[in-house]
Amino acid sequence: MTAPTDPYAGERETTEGRVYTVTGGDWDEIFGSGDPLDEERLVVNMGPQHPSTHGVLRVVIEIEGETVTDARGVVGYLHTGIEKNCEFRTWTQAVTFLTRADYLAPMFNEANYCLAVEKLLGVEVPDRANLLRVIMMELNRISSHLVWLGTGGNELGATTPMTDGFMDREKILDIFELASGLRMNTGYIRPGGVSNDLPPGGAEQIRELLPYLRKRVDWYEGLLTGQPVFYKRLKQVGFIDVPGALAMGLSGPMLRAAGLPWDLRKTMPYCGYETFEFDVPTQTEGDCFARYLVRMEEMRQSCRIVEQALDRLAPGPVMVEDKKIAWPAQLALGADGLGNSLDHVRHIMGQSMEALIHHFKLVTEGFRVPPGQVYHAIESPRGELGCHLVSDGGTRPYRVHVREPSFIGLQSIGALVEGGMVGDAIVSIASLDPVMGGCDR
Amino acid sequence: MTEPKEPAKPTGEIQEVGPSAGDVAPGAVHKGMFGVAGSGDTSGYGGLVRRVVVPGSTERPYGGYFDEVSDALEEAYPQFSEAILRVVVDRGEITFYIKKERIAEVCQTLRDDMSLRFEFCASVSGVDYLEQSERLHVCYHLLSMTYRRRIRLEVATTAEDPHVPSVTGVYPTADWQERETYDMFGVIFDGHPALTRVLMPDDWEGHPQRKDYPLGGIHVEYKGADIAPPDERRAYK
Repeated sequence: MTAPTDPYAGERETTEGRVYTVTGGDWDEIFGSGDPLDEERLVVNMGPQHPSTHGVLRVVIEIEGETVTDARGVVGYLHTGIEKNCEFRTWTQAVTFLTRADYLAPMFNEANYCLAVEKLLGVEVPDRANLLRVIMMELNRISSHLVWLGTGGNELGATTPMTDGFMDREKILDIFELASGLRMNTGYIRPGGVSNDLPPGGAEQIRELLPYLRKRVDWYEGLLTGQPVFYKRLKQVGFIDVPGALAMGLSGPMLRAAGLPWDLRKTMPYCGYETFEFDVPTQTEGDCFARYLVRMEEMRQSCRIVEQALDRLAPGPVMVEDKKIAWPAQLALGADGLGNSLDHVRHIMGQSMEALIHHFKLVTEGFRVPPGQVYHAIESPRGELGCHLVSDGGTRPYRVHVREPSFIGLQSIGALVEGGMVGDAIVSIASLDPVMGGCDR
Repeated sequence: MTEPKEPAKPTGEIQEVGPSAGDVAPGAVHKGMFGVAGSGDTSGYGGLVRRVVVPGSTERPYGGYFDEVSDALEEAYPQFSEAILRVVVDRGEITFYIKKERIAEVCQTLRDDMSLRFEFCASVSGVDYLEQSERLHVCYHLLSMTYRRRIRLEVATTAEDPHVPSVTGVYPTADWQERETYDMFGVIFDGHPALTRVLMPDDWEGHPQRKDYPLGGIHVEYKGADIAPPDERRAYK
């Protein structure tokens, strides 16, 4: 039996079966033409588009009725060759590239890369630099989760979490601006420490922000957790259990929402996280709602860590002492952003020949890193963020590879979405919290 | 018009960089200092030749949990001595260099054996060591959550025959990472369900992260001066 010729839906035979090009509304005639189970299959191409701040993602979904039978993610639209570019810059300059990978978690990209470089060099950063890194990373975790909450809510049609989430994130970006002069791609954490110290009153400003953030997290929970529409959209959607998550390489909130309390800050501590008191929130349901609860609680725990780090913050250097590694330009924050400190310029130009030589050598040539390779991983807002570095003993990295949790996570679109409703696909993908800048690098 | 001067000949003594202990693995040779050739380098640095020495294979005891992992693998995997070419412990990390035909089997043992339990494949990535005969390396970073251990496996293959068995049967998470390694380095993973490009466009030619693939870029005029793209600029070696 063949369908009557339709002026609105041209048809053609392909090796995959009959394909309709639907231009009108005569669906009954088209669907009445054959076995509904065979003929109802539609291939829907979602994207490539820029859904809110995730980046450019394309998902090819095969649906029968409302049920997704096959889903594939297509990535690479934001590939900018960050890894290759790093091979042509000095070890310090590479930070500028890597901070742009996962643009919602710049501090994590920078910190992880710098920790890997420091492992290759065999240097340890001063206490104050370490604490500043922890403070910035945990604030960044909150800001990243706020964007996840905002865009996730927006994709469900809830605009309030989006507008409010972005508003609160701005307050954290203000802190980044205060410390580094930049709001997003900060380049704040450098091999050997951080680019510059907090300005006077900076620590107090961060401390004043914490009660506000705590209050806001409670407010979001009050707004969303008991909300029946929100609950029903997230509950028992996008399920993945612990063995499934491990097989797919999912880590971070995805794994903890399934019930495995694996947090690299606790299990393989770095940056002195073993000395902080905080909890690792877990849930056992392994669905989107469990992931939501885990992320909300993580924001509170991050506030706790920032508070403890602020208590410990004692005056001291923020860069290693070794003048062969430490970035020489003592930067100063002026009214127009980050710039060279006039005191430093006076010092190198008028007082110390050695300081001028060090400045010149490090800025133009960079430092050498002994040959070898390392892998370092930290707990980013999206899970294990790894950095594989190879040095050939030169002033530039021989190879930089970033193990990006967004890239790994998007593989499991099929596992999360297939068999569910097409409307739930969006929720499931949003619960992965993918950031395409990181995924595609 | 004058003829361009000959590039400075390597006249200096070969200077070795890196740890002196251990055997000398074939590594990059750095010539000169500033990455320029064909100009009249009068500094003398143009004649400098430095051979990079990467850490050589390590003898037992390796220290830490590395010995336990090695013992357990030897016990659980009978072809250990044949499959593991050498072991390197460096900067608190252990690397098993594995014969490429054996990589999937070794991963299977590492994942399933009760005393190893590397249930999580954190990362798969390629490295191109241009000057080695087996230049394309694939590094697997495995994580045991049960024992809180990390190890690295490394296989090497030539660019002419870049076939490596796929580990997707053991670690499904390696799927896109092997596709990326294929995309960027041209390593062909046998047994992979759908080995296609993942980051570059489907019709792209070449494998961009190989060392002989140029970075690209265009010359830019800035305030009357010609600024070369990053890979053509002179730079310190």
